[in-house]
Amino acid sequence: MKWEVVIGLETHAQLSTKSKMFSGASTAFGAAPNTQACAVDIALPGVLPVANKAAVECAIRFGLAVGGADGLSRRSVFARKNYFYPDLPKGYQISQYELPIVKSGEIPIVSPTRGEIKIRLTRAHLEEDAGKSLHEGFHDFTGIDLNRAGTPLLEIVSEPDMCSADEAVSYARALHALVRWIDICDGNMQEGSFRCDANVSVRRPGEPLGTRREIKNLNSFRFLQQAIEFEAKWQIETLESGGKIEQATVLFDPDTGETRAMRSKEDAHDYRYFPDPDLLPLVISEEWIAKIAESVVAVGTPQVRKNEYIGSYGLSSQDAWQLVKSRETADYFDKVMARLGKHEAKLCANWMNGELASVLNRDSLDITQSRVSSAQLADLLARVRDGTLSNKMAKEVFDAVWAGEGDPDAIIEKRGLKQISDSGELEKFCDQVIAANAKQVEDYRAGKDKAFNSLVGQAMKLSKGKANPQQVSEILKRKLAS
Amino acid sequence: MHNATIKSLAADLAARKFSSVELTRHLLSRIRALNPKYNCFITVDDAASLKQAQAADDLRAAGRAGPLTGIPIAQKDIFCAKGWLTTCGSKMLSSFISPYDAHVVEQLNGAGAVNIGKTNMDEFAMGSSSETSFYGPVRNPWNADNVPGGSSGGSAAAVVARLAPGAIGTDTGGSIRQPAALSGICGLKPTYGVVSRYGMIAFASSLDQGGPMARTAEDLAIMMNVMAGFDARDSTSLERAREDYTGEIGKAVKGLKIGLPKEFFAEGAEAGVTGAVAAAISAYRKLGCETVEVSLPSMKLAVPVYYVLAPAEASSNLARYDGVRYGHRAQDYADLTDMYKLTRAQGFGQEVKRRILIGTYVLSHGYYDAYYIQAQKVRRLVARDFAEAFRRCDVIMGPTSPTTAFRLGEKVDDPVKMYLNDIYTIPANLAGLPGMSVPCGFDGSGLPVGLQIVGNYFAEAKMLGIAHQYQQATDWHLRVPPGCEG
Repeated sequence: MKWEVVIGLETHAQLSTKSKMFSGASTAFGAAPNTQACAVDIALPGVLPVANKAAVECAIRFGLAVGGADGLSRRSVFARKNYFYPDLPKGYQISQYELPIVKSGEIPIVSPTRGEIKIRLTRAHLEEDAGKSLHEGFHDFTGIDLNRAGTPLLEIVSEPDMCSADEAVSYARALHALVRWIDICDGNMQEGSFRCDANVSVRRPGEPLGTRREIKNLNSFRFLQQAIEFEAKWQIETLESGGKIEQATVLFDPDTGETRAMRSKEDAHDYRYFPDPDLLPLVISEEWIAKIAESVVAVGTPQVRKNEYIGSYGLSSQDAWQLVKSRETADYFDKVMARLGKHEAKLCANWMNGELASVLNRDSLDITQSRVSSAQLADLLARVRDGTLSNKMAKEVFDAVWAGEGDPDAIIEKRGLKQISDSGELEKFCDQVIAANAKQVEDYRAGKDKAFNSLVGQAMKLSKGKANPQQVSEILKRKLAS
Repeated sequence: MHNATIKSLAADLAARKFSSVELTRHLLSRIRALNPKYNCFITVDDAASLKQAQAADDLRAAGRAGPLTGIPIAQKDIFCAKGWLTTCGSKMLSSFISPYDAHVVEQLNGAGAVNIGKTNMDEFAMGSSSETSFYGPVRNPWNADNVPGGSSGGSAAAVVARLAPGAIGTDTGGSIRQPAALSGICGLKPTYGVVSRYGMIAFASSLDQGGPMARTAEDLAIMMNVMAGFDARDSTSLERAREDYTGEIGKAVKGLKIGLPKEFFAEGAEAGVTGAVAAAISAYRKLGCETVEVSLPSMKLAVPVYYVLAPAEASSNLARYDGVRYGHRAQDYADLTDMYKLTRAQGFGQEVKRRILIGTYVLSHGYYDAYYIQAQKVRRLVARDFAEAFRRCDVIMGPTSPTTAFRLGEKVDDPVKMYLNDIYTIPANLAGLPGMSVPCGFDGSGLPVGLQIVGNYFAEAKMLGIAHQYQQATDWHLRVPPGCEG
């Protein structure tokens, strides 16, 4: 019998604010330990938190992008989550519990099995990060670095709407693209600016949800994929061999590719949440929302831009999704379109999602570091469109531009790469090919289409690859038909 | 000098009758002589105080003196003062030298006031007798066998013993007003949010409020002018226009409507207390005030509600004292959990532990709704009772405390009895209303009695004016405890 996997994600996105969630200390990454922790961050006696307005704005931007103004709580409440840990200076984390700032929303994704679907958000709330415990480099004791303590986070909680590791990764990627798109998080996963916890359970179709286990702190899409795959497989095997799943928090070990239990439900904390009496309820006015909404409309969202590309450029959903994987990618596409004209959208999408994406990936660059500018790509594609370059030649020119040899037209000139479109010359090539390949001509006329490709290839060869292949095939067809 | 009020000291300093250095020296020598007996101060630092006094004299010489310039003010050891040991009466912080100033301390320093020392208090302000301090109990100058009240007992005793003309305290459930009453001085707990809590070590954040303690209402007003004000570092600080708290000093009280809550006069208070309070109310009638009976029906729930909410907040506020970053840390421990356990077992006293346990319990899963949520609802009822009462009167009066100063050790082992000593003061904290205590006589044993005045939100200036009129007509505040005459 089949099993269904059910996955929900809790994602911590570090907000790109200059100062911390409740103090004026800097959030810059990588400073010497404890140099960016002020009196509030180290929880001296008597200090008090003050909510960071910029962080609240980030949360509002997010809420507007995923669900519009209706998904935003006009009044939300900061609460204390109480537990002892050496890198948690106050002995509690300030978070939001019963009344989060974002109460609903959705993230559209493309599932490899179910096509375009929407993942619902349960909530998103503001909270502060803890510091770090450093176990390496100390003999017999633990170092505490409170630089990260108090860094603003938006915790984004999804409904258990995903049913495979692939869907979970699609969701995480879409969310990652969104938070970067609307400028609330730098998305740097190595530095921990974007990290996921995955709640995984399995069940027989039609049955109620199974017991879930939570995989903590997955800081790459690859680990997310591997961890969920391993965990789901482990749960299915456990159940099939007559075992039971106990609710637990687990860790993923990238070295072994396995998950292992960190703590069970029995030793789960009672966090004793209660409203933080040091902070007033967070009230957001309609005026404030309207003001932030303007800026959200100005930058748009991947979803809005994707629909535009499908609607006005006639791109396929798949092409459009790839172009909106980051705002910079979409902006690049828009610039090419502006220079080249919107009729070549499909051609441009093919090149950006194909050649350009692959060299960027090969050289580990992002689109803003592309060595072929949007203007250069537009000029190159213009030469493809007007027949100057074949696709193959265009790739050669592209590589040359990438290598820094100059602009496309200069390279075409220098390398003599102009495609032969002069029909007189092409006719001569075709005549020669027909004369020299009687067998293939006969085969073609007898209905063997394969023979035709060989004839085109011969003609291209004669032209040293410069012939316009489309024209060649038209001429050949005409000549062979007569 | 030491019998003088802040107001008259300011006048004398302005007239160059003496300098702040001379005044400070004089009080430091009194502290040296009398503190061993009363244990009012945890820390006295002659050099630091005299340095401030000299700076105040320089400020005056430069023509930039204000009403508090050069005036020695004692600070409850709950206020963080840069460079000063700030213990909150606890072993946990017995080595904590604050690297920063509380907002109130900044304000006092800015006005040129002199910190004459850090006063003793119940540990983390948890207590009504100043007996729970790690530094030993404070004794009442009227009778050294008795407590001065608490938790700001060190501040109250210092002011009545003429060791300082004024002091700052904090009031979570009566910790300014009750010791003011039991020690025979004036004390004001302002409207919640009027005085910044930044740098005031938290006990119960939604109830804590700093305020002045002195021998006259007028002096409280002078201090309030410096202490009050918006502070962006405290999110619960109220942003309002600056107010002159001396504005109603000297204003007649004729026609004032005094509300007398029947629950304040029902039962439970000692005869010596009710007698003195009744006489004070008669005095107000003679000054032309009307009295009207009002009711605060939810008051009977105030103490239980307080002992849910205050410990709940405290259990979380005191979690930071974990031995990791500052303060006491146990010497020998097996692992992290052991370190936490031993550090907190050694660093906190009995009463603090009791309240942390109560607070942890009421916030626990399964109990939260029954205790914390329910208590918050009742808290709103208490506020509503006051709102209802203030439709019928201008201020409310009654006793500050049901008893006069009790004997050391009398209640320290019976928490419920101790907690009930705050029965009249707690309601104002729950409602966030301003309340004050004014000396209104003595009981048969010669122990002082306090009259409590509770006003509507932001009625501090009015209340101070009302108390001032009474002090003009009486001389209770001029009485000096035996042995403190100097």
